[in-house]
Amino acid sequence: MIHALALILACQLAGETLARLFSLPAPGPVIGMALLFALMLAAPRVAALVQPVGEAILRHLSLLFVPAGVGVVGHLAMLSNYGTGLAVALMVSTVLALAAGAGAFVLVAHLTQKDNPDA
Amino acid sequence: MLEMVEIWSYLTESPLIWLTATLLAYIFGDWCATRAGRAPLVNPVLVAVLLLAGLLWLTGTSYATYFEGAQFVHFLLGPATVALAVPLWLNRDSVRRAALPILAALVVGSCVALLSALWIGHAFGLPFNLLATLAPKSTTAPVALGIAESLGGSPTLAAVLVILTGMIGAIVVTPLMNALRIRDWRARGFAVGVAAHGIGTARALQVHPQAGAFAGIGMALNAVLTAFLAPWALALYF
Repeated sequence: MIHALALILACQLAGETLARLFSLPAPGPVIGMALLFALMLAAPRVAALVQPVGEAILRHLSLLFVPAGVGVVGHLAMLSNYGTGLAVALMVSTVLALAAGAGAFVLVAHLTQKDNPDA
Repeated sequence: MLEMVEIWSYLTESPLIWLTATLLAYIFGDWCATRAGRAPLVNPVLVAVLLLAGLLWLTGTSYATYFEGAQFVHFLLGPATVALAVPLWLNRDSVRRAALPILAALVVGSCVALLSALWIGHAFGLPFNLLATLAPKSTTAPVALGIAESLGGSPTLAAVLVILTGMIGAIVVTPLMNALRIRDWRARGFAVGVAAHGIGTARALQVHPQAGAFAGIGMALNAVLTAFLAPWALALYF
């Protein structure tokens, strides 16, 4: 377990370093994810090592957003001034993006992969 | 009695109490969600945030004091993002086969999320700094902070808008996809990852493993694409 955690942290560290070194638009943890994925593809032993720990961390992924969410208390004044506009923008745009994204996926999947086992 | 006051003032200054409170509030939120049969509206993050915000208000605790404790949980967002490689690896074959639909859904979902939010915000007369804060709302929290800051918005408010977007996405995705009769778990998962980042991904992981894997990819790809697109989109309005 400690080995898997160390590997995950090392991937994040490498990701953060690469992102800063080359001023990449992608954030460090996302590059770290790509690195870990490449390692898992290259070495089945790495995949077997990381899989249980990765699944354990992700089982309660929502918990990790709670501290940032509580930050809402510091912005109540701003939210009450522009609350309506922000609320409408967030809700309508999220619904539209969900519908458009899923629609585009289904449409292109239908056009390109008529006999796909996943569909 | 005086002793209790002293103990209380000691505890409120230490990270332990708010770290414990964060975990307990989440456990309570998760318990509520399970009791409600995972009904979308009873989102564990929403319940926990409301509970903790009320508790901070009742005890007169500042967010900075709260965050001293909660930062240990917040820090794990980075390693958890790296760990999304696991569901990606487990579903590597179906992801490879779906490369074209993924590309199409990424471009469409990302552009619609960004442009529609800015268009509506502009129509409601939001000032420039708020639009710059709103632009990265569909990307994962650490990325959104960076984008908002580089555009001239507020990083801390960006985090709040990101969380709200995630909760909205996690709440509406199941009823919306059912209403649209979209049954493909790959499409449902990928769209919620693009539109509602990690909170949407967390919801997708709970609903279906394949949806969760595709949501993780959607989140990662959209973080990169939005970083490129946001300055251009914002320039359309100013």
